[in-house]
Amino acid sequence: MQTIFSIAVDALAYGMVLFVISIGLSVTLGLMRVVNLAHGAFAMIGGYIASYAARDLGLGYGAAVLIAVFGTIVIAIPIERLLYRRIYGQPELTQVLMTIGITFCIIGIANYVFGPTLKTIPLPPSLEGSADLGFRSIAVHRIFAIVCGLAVAGALWFAIEKTAFGVKLRAAVDNAAMAAALGVRTEVVYAVSFAVAVGLAAFGGVVGAELLPVEPYYALRYMVTFLVVVSVGGAGSIPGALAACLLLGGIDTTGRYLMPEFGEFFFYLAVIAIVCVFPRGLAGRMK
Amino acid sequence: MKRIILAALAALATSVAAQADTIKVGVVGPFSGPFALQGKNFKAGIDAYMAVNGAKVGDDDIEIIYRDVPQADPAQSKALAQELVVKEGVQYLAGFYFTPDAMAVTPLLEQANVPLVIMNAATSAIVTKSPLVVRTSFTLWQTSTPIAKVAKDAGVSKIISVVSDYGPGVDAENAFKAGFEAVGGEIVEAIRMPLSTNDFSPIMQRIKDSGAEGVFAFLPSGPTTLGFVKAFDENGLKDGGIKFFAPGDLTQESDLPALGDAALGLQTTFHYAVSHDSPENKAFVEAAAKAIGNPAELSFPAVGAYDGMHVIYKMIEATSGEQDAQKAVDAVKGLSWTSPRGPVSIDPESRHITQNIYLREVAKADDGTYYNKEIQTFEKQGDPGLAAVK
Repeated sequence: MQTIFSIAVDALAYGMVLFVISIGLSVTLGLMRVVNLAHGAFAMIGGYIASYAARDLGLGYGAAVLIAVFGTIVIAIPIERLLYRRIYGQPELTQVLMTIGITFCIIGIANYVFGPTLKTIPLPPSLEGSADLGFRSIAVHRIFAIVCGLAVAGALWFAIEKTAFGVKLRAAVDNAAMAAALGVRTEVVYAVSFAVAVGLAAFGGVVGAELLPVEPYYALRYMVTFLVVVSVGGAGSIPGALAACLLLGGIDTTGRYLMPEFGEFFFYLAVIAIVCVFPRGLAGRMK
Repeated sequence: MKRIILAALAALATSVAAQADTIKVGVVGPFSGPFALQGKNFKAGIDAYMAVNGAKVGDDDIEIIYRDVPQADPAQSKALAQELVVKEGVQYLAGFYFTPDAMAVTPLLEQANVPLVIMNAATSAIVTKSPLVVRTSFTLWQTSTPIAKVAKDAGVSKIISVVSDYGPGVDAENAFKAGFEAVGGEIVEAIRMPLSTNDFSPIMQRIKDSGAEGVFAFLPSGPTTLGFVKAFDENGLKDGGIKFFAPGDLTQESDLPALGDAALGLQTTFHYAVSHDSPENKAFVEAAAKAIGNPAELSFPAVGAYDGMHVIYKMIEATSGEQDAQKAVDAVKGLSWTSPRGPVSIDPESRHITQNIYLREVAKADDGTYYNKEIQTFEKQGDPGLAAVK
């Protein structure tokens, strides 16, 4: 029984970290219909900025997170204007080629500027150490990641489903020409959504850094994981992504605990099974 | 047909090189990509050796030609080695970070009349693949066997082994198992984790549940090591009194700043620590730090490359610059010298380096940086892995 609880806690923590890191991709892929393979690269930029701010400038963790999110958005704005704007609505292959190219460029620049070694983001004392849950202990920053994940999920769901901006975004995605004719400035809507997605990537990169450490190959190393989460959850669906993360986190953690020699067999078996039954993901929308 | 052309070209290259005053050394390693840091260390070690000892042996100039194999890729490694031999006319091949890359090149050596000096690749069997292979790095058997004795001396008799599921991980597991059972210890469980594991909490829980008093671990250096050591700390295993034993790959110097306090007190056995206290090492660290640019990036492949260059220089001396691979290799059999890592020699039988293995503990220096502090020496360790392979 204790083992089951223990696995459940680990699964929840891992799943929420996956969620925080992947949700930005779900927004670009599902709502903006851009296959953004550079998502991990933006998460990595966030991680590097936070690491630089906290370690070399000596700022606090909260400040480092804010600087990372806004710094990454500032870096992403010219990239959006000059590069991404050309690939909205283009075939997937064009988008894949463009974004993978951007990823390689960012990897090269990061390697050149920050060097090939691992970078850590020092945690504040309040997030260090571990908390006692009675039957086992868990790292405090894991709890922090769970809280962050829930907060992000709630805020995004509210923004997309309940606000005027969310209505405009959904309208722009479903029929850009009609939305524009009705006075929605689709360019602005796209730019803001892109900024939010990039900001979420950076936020995820920082919060998840304890689990997925920041180094130049971060952008490629975890790309498959991000894509799997989004495709299983159904692109663009917040509850779907949440369900996918918890499900995949649970399967992965259980497999690793009980049968580590099987590797990621169960993880990918589950992915294949889910995609067979739900080709558009758990909560995918019909086109 | 291809072989005949290769042989003809190699013969041509031989005759040209014998007259020329420049002796070329081809170095294959990961100079870009995720393992670029290790390639950088190769280069730093080679540059350091040439800065200290000059770029000439006798009248001959030494020229190093680098070729990049970013990840383990035997086919590309072989193709590049062929190109180095045939087109560039190198007299020596050196470098090789990954075992499969080195293995792929061994069949070429005899025909090309070129010795291979391995500066890292750490699987025992490579030296048996060709009589022209000499190794100046280490093997996992060599570094993992002494830690078994350390564990036993620390009063631990039940250990769980946790390794990444790939060649070197399996090697480390076997070496530790053999060593630990020989001194009367018991391996209660042996877990092999997939290489792509990010979240180690479930593994930690399993270590706890196994009832072992200590854990033996091996993972490739880099992000996974960081995650593993942090998880060990955060899941309360360190505070719970479970002892941690590993070969030194886990606490290599370039990872220590990232590991930080989580690594404090970890004991590992390895052949080289940047902090090793000797005049030879001081000179080496100074020259290599200058070559690499950022001293914090200096790590063990640099010393393998440094000693590899020493062996190559001795080979060139012995053959007076003529291309004679067998004579060159014979000349360094039994060669002994004082390396930055301590006294070493080339075992005449296996052509692998015999060296001291040190027990080190991660400690914090006065200036707040972390380093591997050597606390015990196991002198003149050969490679126990060769006996196991046979």
